[in-house]
Amino acid sequence: MSAKTNTDFSKGTDLAVIVLYLLMVALGVLCIFMVEYNPSINWSNSFLTAKTNFSKQIYFAIFCAFIAIFILLLDSKVFTALANLSYVAGILLMLATFVLGKNINGSKSWIPIAGGFNLQPAELCKIFTALFIAKYISKPETDFKKLKSHLIAGAAIALPAVLSIMQHEMGLALVYSAFIFAMYREGLPPVILVILLSFAILVIATLLLEPSVLAIILTAIAALVIFSMIKKFKKNKNKIILVIGIWGICFGTVRFAVPYIFNHVFECYQSTRIYSMVGKEYDCAQNKKSASNTSERHGKKPDDYNVKQSKIAIGSGGFWGRGFLKGTQTRGKYVPEQHTDFIFTSLGEAFGFVGTFIFLSLYLFFLFRLIRIAERQRSAFSRVYAYSVVGIFFFHIAVNISMTIGLFPVVGIPLPLISYGGSSMLTFTVLLFILLRLDADRQMVLR
Amino acid sequence: MYNSNRGRIIQIIIGIVFAFIIVQLISLQIFSSKYVLAANNNAIFRKIIYPDRGIIFDRKKRALLENTISYDLVVIPNEAKGVDTATLCAILKIDKEGYNKRMIEVIIKNSRVKLGIFEPFLSTEVYAQLTENLYRFPGFSLNERSIRNYPYNAAAHVLGYVAEVDTKFLEKHAEEGYEMGDYAGMTGLEKQYESILMGQRGVKRYLRDNKGKIQGAFEKGQFDTIAIAGRNLYTSMDVEVQQLAEKLLQHKIGSVVALNPKTGSVIAMASSPGYNPNLLTGNQRRKTFGRLFTDTARPMYNRAIKGQYPPGSTFKPMGALIALDEGLITPSFGYNCFGLYTACGDPRKCEHHNAGHAANLQLALANSCNSYFLQVFRMAIDNPKYHNAKLGYLKWKQYMNSFGLGRKLGIDLPSENRASIPDTAQYNRDFGGAKYWNSCYMLTLGIGQDRMTATPLQLANAMAFIANKGFYYTPHFIDSVEEEDELDKQLLAKFRAKQEVTKIPTEYFDIIKDGMHDVTVYGTAAFIKVPGHEFCAKTGTAQNPHGKNHSLFVCFAPKDNPKIAVAVIVENAGFGATWAGPIAGLVMEKYLNDSLTKESKNKVEYLSNVDLMPSAIKDWYIRNNKTEMLTPLNINNDEFSDIWDMQMIAETLPSQLKMDTIKKTDSFQKNQLPTKPNPVDQKNKESALKPNQKKKKHSSK
Repeated sequence: MSAKTNTDFSKGTDLAVIVLYLLMVALGVLCIFMVEYNPSINWSNSFLTAKTNFSKQIYFAIFCAFIAIFILLLDSKVFTALANLSYVAGILLMLATFVLGKNINGSKSWIPIAGGFNLQPAELCKIFTALFIAKYISKPETDFKKLKSHLIAGAAIALPAVLSIMQHEMGLALVYSAFIFAMYREGLPPVILVILLSFAILVIATLLLEPSVLAIILTAIAALVIFSMIKKFKKNKNKIILVIGIWGICFGTVRFAVPYIFNHVFECYQSTRIYSMVGKEYDCAQNKKSASNTSERHGKKPDDYNVKQSKIAIGSGGFWGRGFLKGTQTRGKYVPEQHTDFIFTSLGEAFGFVGTFIFLSLYLFFLFRLIRIAERQRSAFSRVYAYSVVGIFFFHIAVNISMTIGLFPVVGIPLPLISYGGSSMLTFTVLLFILLRLDADRQMVLR
Repeated sequence: MYNSNRGRIIQIIIGIVFAFIIVQLISLQIFSSKYVLAANNNAIFRKIIYPDRGIIFDRKKRALLENTISYDLVVIPNEAKGVDTATLCAILKIDKEGYNKRMIEVIIKNSRVKLGIFEPFLSTEVYAQLTENLYRFPGFSLNERSIRNYPYNAAAHVLGYVAEVDTKFLEKHAEEGYEMGDYAGMTGLEKQYESILMGQRGVKRYLRDNKGKIQGAFEKGQFDTIAIAGRNLYTSMDVEVQQLAEKLLQHKIGSVVALNPKTGSVIAMASSPGYNPNLLTGNQRRKTFGRLFTDTARPMYNRAIKGQYPPGSTFKPMGALIALDEGLITPSFGYNCFGLYTACGDPRKCEHHNAGHAANLQLALANSCNSYFLQVFRMAIDNPKYHNAKLGYLKWKQYMNSFGLGRKLGIDLPSENRASIPDTAQYNRDFGGAKYWNSCYMLTLGIGQDRMTATPLQLANAMAFIANKGFYYTPHFIDSVEEEDELDKQLLAKFRAKQEVTKIPTEYFDIIKDGMHDVTVYGTAAFIKVPGHEFCAKTGTAQNPHGKNHSLFVCFAPKDNPKIAVAVIVENAGFGATWAGPIAGLVMEKYLNDSLTKESKNKVEYLSNVDLMPSAIKDWYIRNNKTEMLTPLNINNDEFSDIWDMQMIAETLPSQLKMDTIKKTDSFQKNQLPTKPNPVDQKNKESALKPNQKKKKHSSK
């Protein structure tokens, strides 16, 4: 049976996803073209010499097409077989960057390879981690109802994330939280999601409110809980201790953990970005970590400049948009990094709300399609992997678009398949086509 | 399948996040307009193309004002980096500190990324130096601008001036699209016809990138508008008459207004002291404006439409008209005047006391008999038809208003004054109620005194009214607009409609005219002649609280087919016939004959040099070190000197202190005169040359 699928690779692959994939790559090229457009340049000439980003992106796409076909030609068993090994190799590569690393845009996550190209192991590690988690969870001896297996999986995810943070790649590290989808699907208790959500609310509240006010509110809630359930607590005194314990943890988070993270773990600019999301200013003088190198950043544009310009570009699109190649902010290059992380702005300006709505619908359809694919897998490996892909794609899309419209702090995360960049496009292509390959063999039980 | 409902939950989570994103997009893209504004501010550079302002022509199509090109040095502060400030400062003759100060001013006014004026109105010399060195001053450029120029140096009050708009102006004209840095008419015709003269500004939009560089036209220029030049205005003014009137009023305070009674068009309107309109254009303005503004003689004040003067005897023809129309007198009505009017107790003086000088209306007018017109006034107020003095007065006031006195005539100049024909309310208040006063209480209204005032324009218009025998056209400057459209026609309609003011029979006007003609034949203005023309006139010598009597003269000519009506006022100068009369005569002669006789030219020279400035004003000039405004008195033995009231001249003679300063300025001027080459020197020169020539001849041999 496997021999048969190998000879006829197109059988069983999901055509809708491939069409969406091609559509988005084409849209990405179009957006990059809009960013670069300048009426005084000869386009056919610059296209052939591959000096412009949009033509480079086309070459990347062609290269990715070969990789995609190659993946579709592979046997599904390869992925289960190589899952653990690739993860180990990925981690080793990430460690190698600390020795061989090259500094690009302030992050030391690139390894220079031949021909002027650079490799970012952290990108690839997403794929490897997805495979590893799928492999681990789908093992028959793993019982994912147990806390122990949760912790093992969590550690496997946290390792590359921590390494990414050490390489000053905050955005890439955050992406690893996307695996929570796969883990949740496989039996992570929803309580954990609730706890994480509450914790997020607590952190935001810490940023918004005065510490003393928040402390009073927390104490009041705890007192109220104890008071209202006083009869229950009389029977079981442990529960009182639990409530007091939670209160203590919250209080500690508010008074010590959050300020510590903002002042000692994050860089000054990161704290500033997060604070600016809730409309507050962060005093960099408090930041111990970047206290030594504040002088480097002196004279740069303010940190919310990107978001401000990005919002202007998207907002000025209005309902119908300015029209193709007519976006003034895009033409005037007002949005920094517009061809990579802020590519959504060129779309928003040129095609307005109509354009962005259709674009988001397209993406939503794409994600739902992937979930449907995930749910139709017979093997747990494929299903876990599929949910990892869904999680990674969703996280990228949500965070990237949210940061361009001012709903999320600016972290360097590209928009999948749209943003300029070979590394990113390759990663998403490989991620997606491994899933398509696995999906083609959905009736098989892979171990 | 195990946990399969969790796939659904994941879908819901994804859906919720997308919903959040879409809600934010709706708020950004659909409900907030500020982003479009911000984007346009960022990326669209608007350049305003100023059209040429319209030109104002006189009756012979001579341009009273023109446009010339001036250049401003402008700068975009953000781009002014690496400027060779030393060279720039040297060219502009400022220091480094001044450079910084101006830069800050530009930033405050126009922000860092917009074009702001660094130095306006460059002289040709500075302009040449700057164009040569402009490459050294990145961010700086030269901007062309059209400014006004007045080839005849005349009619400053009428034309008004153009100036940069201020915040007050912008608030007032918020809907009209003015912007900071624009110029607009501030006074005179420039203000009145601003909408026609300014034309339509063009706007060019350029796309600008994040470094402020221009990328090209925005949307291929499809949103650009072209500048439409302002339209020209045509007047009936005669620039030569205007110049003559201004010249005659030199060193005097007063006003001349000349109207064409057939159309109501203004022929000339002068107010003195005045100023040269060229002093308020270009870089002259900064130097001049403050000086003109603080001058105690108020040279920017248009006395022709704002000055309020008691009309004095020039009012008498109007008083007679009312009495005739009301049937109170007939032309043969006479009054036995012996030099005093005593009917109201307190005797009023009359200039004449020979018997029979007021035997009928015509005689009374010619001799300007005060008693006669006081009597006529009282008869009008105490007219038995109206039962009491109050109603009689109201009727009289109604006549006054219909003659154009005591109300705005509606001339096409801003801030015309309506002067004053007092209200009964004023008398009620002053005399304790309507019951307590009668015609004796405001007796001197009958001879144009009391609280009655009129502007020179109103007096000229009253003459036009008499000349036309009962109607006038609203006085105006603009007869037609270039390419007149419906709106312009509406605007000018009121100037083209006859103001049929009264139904006084024409024969009454004939009597008044005859009387006024007699004034010029044997009456108070007998010595004033307009060669080739019979004219009608009335002199006036008005008492006023500011010092010596005002000299007034109203007239129209020719008698049978009036083409010009004139009113002249010279403040604190004395008899109407002495100063105002000759000026009016010369103005009429110039207009009717288009030239002056040699004799008249001499008169012009003489009159224009007579200094009749009140001593209070002269003292002010001396105190404020502005002696350049003073001119030496120039009294010589002219043919007129014998009829002048010598006492009056004695009064105007300056004090010893003034004489001293005048002498100084006099001697200063003498030094300025180019000295004639000394004939002896010339001879020496010639002789000095000759030997050389001889030597040459020798050498050639």
